[in-house]
Amino acid sequence: MEFFERFAIPHPSPMIYASMVAIALVSIGILVGITYFKKWGYLWHEWFTTVDHKKIGIMYLISALVMLFRGGADAILMRAQLSGPDMKLLDGQHYNEIFTTHGVVMIMFMAMPFIFAFMNLVIPLQIGARDVAFPRLNALSFWLFFAGAMLFNISFVIGGSPDAGWTSYFPLAGNDFSTSVGTNYYMLALQISGIGSLMTGINMMTTILKMRAPGMTLMKMPMFTWSTLIANVIIVFAFPVLTVALLMGTTDRLFGTHFFTTTNGGMDMLWANFFWVWGHPEVYILILPAFGLYSEIISTFSSRNLYGYKSMVGSMVLISLLSFLVWTHHFFTMGQGALTNSIFSITTMAIAVPTGVKIFNWLFTLWKGKIRFTVPMLYSIGFIPLFTIGGVTGVMLAMSAADYQYHNTMFLVAHFHNTIIPGVVFAMLAGLTYYWPKFFGFMLNEKIGKSTFWLLTVGFVLAFFPMYITGLDGQARRMYTYSEATGFGPLNMLSFVGAALMAIGFATIVYNVYYSYKNSPRNIGSDPWDARSLEWATHTPVPEYNFARVPQVFSSEAFWDAKKKGHQLFKGELKDIHMPNNSGVPFIMGIIFFIAGFSFIFAIWIPAVIALIGIFVCMALRSFELDHGRHIHVKEIKEIEAQYEEVQGNEARSHTTTRV
Amino acid sequence: MKLDHTQPLEYSTDQNQLNILGFWIFLGAEIMLFATLFTAYFTLEGRTGSGPTPADIFEITPVLIETFVLLTSSFTIGLGVHAMRLGRKNAMLTFFGITLLLGLGFLGVEIYEFTHYYHVGATYQTSAFTAALLTTLGTHGAHVTLGLFWGLFIILQVKKRGLTPENANKSFIFSLYWHFLDVVWIFIFSFIYLKGMMM
Repeated sequence: MEFFERFAIPHPSPMIYASMVAIALVSIGILVGITYFKKWGYLWHEWFTTVDHKKIGIMYLISALVMLFRGGADAILMRAQLSGPDMKLLDGQHYNEIFTTHGVVMIMFMAMPFIFAFMNLVIPLQIGARDVAFPRLNALSFWLFFAGAMLFNISFVIGGSPDAGWTSYFPLAGNDFSTSVGTNYYMLALQISGIGSLMTGINMMTTILKMRAPGMTLMKMPMFTWSTLIANVIIVFAFPVLTVALLMGTTDRLFGTHFFTTTNGGMDMLWANFFWVWGHPEVYILILPAFGLYSEIISTFSSRNLYGYKSMVGSMVLISLLSFLVWTHHFFTMGQGALTNSIFSITTMAIAVPTGVKIFNWLFTLWKGKIRFTVPMLYSIGFIPLFTIGGVTGVMLAMSAADYQYHNTMFLVAHFHNTIIPGVVFAMLAGLTYYWPKFFGFMLNEKIGKSTFWLLTVGFVLAFFPMYITGLDGQARRMYTYSEATGFGPLNMLSFVGAALMAIGFATIVYNVYYSYKNSPRNIGSDPWDARSLEWATHTPVPEYNFARVPQVFSSEAFWDAKKKGHQLFKGELKDIHMPNNSGVPFIMGIIFFIAGFSFIFAIWIPAVIALIGIFVCMALRSFELDHGRHIHVKEIKEIEAQYEEVQGNEARSHTTTRV
Repeated sequence: MKLDHTQPLEYSTDQNQLNILGFWIFLGAEIMLFATLFTAYFTLEGRTGSGPTPADIFEITPVLIETFVLLTSSFTIGLGVHAMRLGRKNAMLTFFGITLLLGLGFLGVEIYEFTHYYHVGATYQTSAFTAALLTTLGTHGAHVTLGLFWGLFIILQVKKRGLTPENANKSFIFSLYWHFLDVVWIFIFSFIYLKGMMM
């Protein structure tokens, strides 16, 4: 029996038992449903084995949305628990688990796959390529992310969730103070998905550096491509630090080493430093692609070239360099001394300069533009003032002396949500609305989309602005309750109302997808937004090979100039197109990694060793495999192209942008 | 497959060029990985708790053998790639074989070294210093071990399928990996062993 006891939940509550039942029922429902509708073959051939960047992008997108709701449920529970003094909804332990999983899920399993979704969907199209540099590695990246995400999510029904905060500081995260397997889940799940992220970084960098269409020099790349390139450079240089830190944390917990312990020479601050040497660049990995999306959207819907292209690129390069030089500002109060704190204060404040340059560039792009207030544009315009407020409070926090007042209060919580929600989440939703027609062949309803935007914006302001005040008044973060005498009650109730509005807002996104799927017209042409870059120059939905002819690029607004200045994008004869073969190995490796992770978490060594050997066997088989891909022949390309022309002839190129 | 004959065989196709650039970027990530390990080591090397110090446990003889063996293997794999570019398959295979044997020799001495540490009471659990030392050495050693298998697979493939653009590409990338492990070892030798013995 002792063997099985480790799988029990250490702090069970009716809520967790209810979720167990719900998870079991939903899983059984999905399996039965797929079998009943005979979809296993379809799923295997079209999705599980795919190496097509567009399908992988869609799988990232779906995972990110699901995780958004998982992390959102955590958020609502926290706000409900804090909505009044001395609430009894959650106990302290349960609250610890929920703020930990909320942070990890939202950063690692919602925001990261969301930006990977757009990188995968858009980058090859935007640079005029047929796929990424290593399509099969790309599939493996996705399945490793997915294995990590699933591993992390089963923690709250098997063995208990991590409860040491998303930063997982030692010695709190060590065996002495975190006795359940929860923190093992944290270490292993992040390790597995982190390996996937690193491989995406290598893949995207190679793709952008080597596979651009002829004529597209570096300084003619669209801004989203630039932002992706820089974000992936940061991934390649930041993630190995996390890899090592997680490895050390794992050995401390499983093998009794003394890296971060308080005895035998261990140094707990080493974890904090490593974590943030990765963690601070990580937030720029998230925000830079978001900046790229905003640049595309603002330029499209202002009908103007992006203002200050070179300074946009320069500021992103500067941000990427500075991102590695500020990590200590996360723990000014943890004993570095005045000189170190001052240096990191200055580097932190310096980041406001390139970011400010970008804000002004967006404003100057809007200046005298013909602005169309579509849903993606609303998010972008809402982003500018809200993100600026988040940036300004960031500069307040950067002052190390003043930080002694703000540190670990709700002020900090308000600040980083104020940058991440209008910065990253709004960008993701703007991108979702903007790129939806390209990949699904119909537009999302604008009216519902606008109500989503207003619900989220009003909800956001109500939920997070009160925290600035309670934080300054001394409400600590991560405290599961407070007394009536503190006077925090009313403002926390306001936060709860805001959180509820946001929850309704996110639910309307699901409704919008359903409604638009039922009602939106399908004859939207290939360029419904009257956009500017190459991804809109091919058909909608995009054919497997992306472009029948490789485009020839003359400017940074290749498609716009083709429309307005008559640049000829596609010239020459059709040729056979080389495509990679599908493979089931990445999916299988995902499963093996999952088994390996699970076995390590529970210290069951025999399956752990077998799974590790399985991983190496897969790699060895890959080495011996001969796989030259396949060719789509000219005849076949002509047939596919003819089908598209037939459809497009019917709708007579109606630019649906006029509808919005 | 489009072949570009102005380029060496390992660069001759588009995919080959992508593979080489991708691998260089991967080596960039590896540099960060080892840089982090070195940072941890330098931070923790003086924190020995009740365990031994670096000077107590380091022995120059096995370390010198390891160093000579590994540096020589870096030279022989260079000769192997040179032979490959001249199209001399057998010479190339011989040099790759010697490289792997030297790698195996390195690994043998390293295993001896680890058992020595175990016997003098410097185990993985002893102190922060020993944990950082064994993790840094162990990560390098695990890379060498993986390289032995990888190199063996490449030899088998070249034997079976000849010097195709694909195999030349794999061999060249493997040589990059092997040289990189050598560079890391130079840092380990200088800044872990030599520095440790002087402290």
